[in-house]
Amino acid sequence: MFKTWKSVAFAASAMLGLAALAGPAQAAWPERPVTVIVPWAAGGGTDATARMIAKLLQDELKQPFNVVNRTGGGGVVGHSAIAQAPADGYTIGVITIEIGTYRWLGQSDLKTSDYTPIALYNFDPGALFVAANSPVKNAKEALEALRADPKKFKLASGSSIGGAWHMAFGSLMLKAGLKPDQYTWIPSQGAAPALQELVAGGTDFAPASLPEAKSLLDAGKLRSLMVFDTKRTPGYDAPTSMEAVGQAVKAGAWRGVAGPKGMPKEAVETLTRALEKAHKSAEFRDFMTSRGFGLEWAAGAEFVKFMEQSEADCGTVLKAIGLAKN
Amino acid sequence: METILAAFALILDPQVLWVILASAFFGMFVGSMPGLSATMATALLVPVTFFMGPVPAIAAIVTTTAMAIFAGDIPGCFLRIPGTPASAAYTDEAYMMTRQGKGEMALGAALVFSVIGGVFGTIVLMSFAPALADFALRFSSFEYFWMALLGLTCAVIISPQSQLKGIVSLILGLMISCIGIGVATGYPRFTFGYFELTGGVPLIPALVGMFAVSEILRYVVAPRLAAPPVQTRLGNIFTGQLGLIRTYRKGLLRGSVIGTLIGAMPGAGADIAAWVSYATSKKFSRQPEKFGTGHVEGIVEAGAANNAALGGAWIPALVFGIPGDSITAIAIGVLFMKGVNPGPTIFMNNPELLYAVFLSFILANLLMLPVGWLAIKSAGRLLSVRREILMPIILLFCIVGAFATNNTVFGVTTMLVMGVIAYLLEENGFPVAPIILGLVLGSMVEENFISSMQKADGSILGFFSRPIAGTLGAVTVLIWLSPLLLWLWRRRRAAGASA
Repeated sequence: MFKTWKSVAFAASAMLGLAALAGPAQAAWPERPVTVIVPWAAGGGTDATARMIAKLLQDELKQPFNVVNRTGGGGVVGHSAIAQAPADGYTIGVITIEIGTYRWLGQSDLKTSDYTPIALYNFDPGALFVAANSPVKNAKEALEALRADPKKFKLASGSSIGGAWHMAFGSLMLKAGLKPDQYTWIPSQGAAPALQELVAGGTDFAPASLPEAKSLLDAGKLRSLMVFDTKRTPGYDAPTSMEAVGQAVKAGAWRGVAGPKGMPKEAVETLTRALEKAHKSAEFRDFMTSRGFGLEWAAGAEFVKFMEQSEADCGTVLKAIGLAKN
Repeated sequence: METILAAFALILDPQVLWVILASAFFGMFVGSMPGLSATMATALLVPVTFFMGPVPAIAAIVTTTAMAIFAGDIPGCFLRIPGTPASAAYTDEAYMMTRQGKGEMALGAALVFSVIGGVFGTIVLMSFAPALADFALRFSSFEYFWMALLGLTCAVIISPQSQLKGIVSLILGLMISCIGIGVATGYPRFTFGYFELTGGVPLIPALVGMFAVSEILRYVVAPRLAAPPVQTRLGNIFTGQLGLIRTYRKGLLRGSVIGTLIGAMPGAGADIAAWVSYATSKKFSRQPEKFGTGHVEGIVEAGAANNAALGGAWIPALVFGIPGDSITAIAIGVLFMKGVNPGPTIFMNNPELLYAVFLSFILANLLMLPVGWLAIKSAGRLLSVRREILMPIILLFCIVGAFATNNTVFGVTTMLVMGVIAYLLEENGFPVAPIILGLVLGSMVEENFISSMQKADGSILGFFSRPIAGTLGAVTVLIWLSPLLLWLWRRRRAAGASA
């Protein structure tokens, strides 16, 4: 027994010594494991994509990329944790569209400039759904009905208050000249419970992404009226908002990789290169398509611009919905 | 018949069997580690399932969760630390039994009835999934509100001594659940501007703190008073279990049915199933006064319920792609990734795959007997460890578990604070279980109340205007009023007798 411990101790110190020797030689980032913070729960869409990306980065950069879920507060906790992590390149995270809403909702002071945005990798357009037995036949009728009597309908936010789908539906309304703040919005913890409410007859309209509704669409419990995108989503017969109501809208949820403000330039460059390679890989593309996630790419300054635009758009929509507190 | 044979061929593939066996040990390990829940076990499996076919991938998830939910009972029994939240309802009872030298009976019951409940849930899933899923889909926020209130009512039933103190504990739990960003309003409450608190008080660290840390504190304060455990060795865990099945067959059936139904409700899973059936067990028991003193009846019913809920949760998941709990939420993602789209068509397009999944449920539950026996055997050595050595080790495990839930020191702080609070409360006769129940159900009550009120334009009548909601509401109100009605009835009868 004693002997075993001794040899373990010897092996450990030998390894430590080796690591110390090897340290200065391979100074290139990453020289130790990297933590990837995910602000949403394990098993959700963001988590699934993050774990896939972590795996591909690990294969490429030969260091473990450990996914850590920091959940709660509608993503505030995790997004704060990314922004407040030491900016040494060893803590990065996946950020989502909600980052642009916290400031307006008075939930946190987080903003784009608190991060080093690396790359955007996904965009999922929202879509509008009704229950199969709804009297509304198409998107045009839906908007007319909503315009005629704003008090008559209950609208699902499809997410938490001020979440991605809530804002996607809100921005379509703004384009179509409806006033989002005139309606009663029913919040939910996400798309699945919102769609269930819709089927159960608790609400009249619900926004969510098409893949999230696939099973219920197949079951004939739901109908999709339109997708808030400039192009149709393959595999679904939902018309684009342009085709359905003559309004070009691109609204939905996005996901990207970012680190805290002031990450070392070298780490940013290496990471961007590895991410771009992962994004182009067949493994990633197959995974994203099979799960119904849309592929999108924007890196560096382009991603910063995208985030700033998203943050401004969130403000416009949230003000129109009547949720913005500042 | 052909499909069933094809399903057997799918499941009896050596690779699948190997995956099931490995997942069984993995699930046992994760479930018995405090702080690591069945949901987390499933999430950890996801990257591994990338490299598997659909059948082994689903079999891995099914096996892991079934094992983890049972394994959560093991540390509950030995150390008063529920390994997963689904064991919290009867942790006190099981721990009490171990301290009275009936550890093998508690663990044996937990194991045997987990298996029976699990198989029951699977059979319901196999036979009635489409019909039950249709029913579950009719639940809107009105129905959920009443369900959550019924759940809260359980807190009063399960309070061992004073019901009033039980209610105080419950309200404390509900108040703790108000911390964080409100679901309905989206505004931070009681967070003092501290970002960790915007996510609310995390359940698992609170759970570990309230049960385990408070127990450690009790030992530290009075090491002599804390009686040494009578038991140092475990007997045969299977002794007397057949007798228990016979004695408590009604409770067993009730627990299995309640568990499956609650599991099938989207948004309510094994945790809530265990609480509710522990309460119904006490309510309908012939010896309700024995509950909380080391009585096996509640473990029988709730142990069956939480494993039955696992099968139940797959009902809406497979039929409509709506997760019945946090585990199936992950599993749906895996199904999509494997090109198997949940929906009514799954029963027509991939019947052999579906039956293979069902068979893996049954196989996993049967495998639970030997693997569970092994796990209990090896954990049983804990009993012979001296308490002054064991207690610091438990604290260490608690800290690791609380940290692991979210990889943050905040979890550890929460655990320690909750431990001190629970110690003070228990010293003064306030039970801690209702606090946990309040934490579990608080946001469900609030969220469904507010969205129901919004839908009904502020009219309280909305809660009774739908058939299912009206029935549930009437039942709930009747249960609340029953003590008063009974009292009135007895008084009238007494008056009639004397006249």
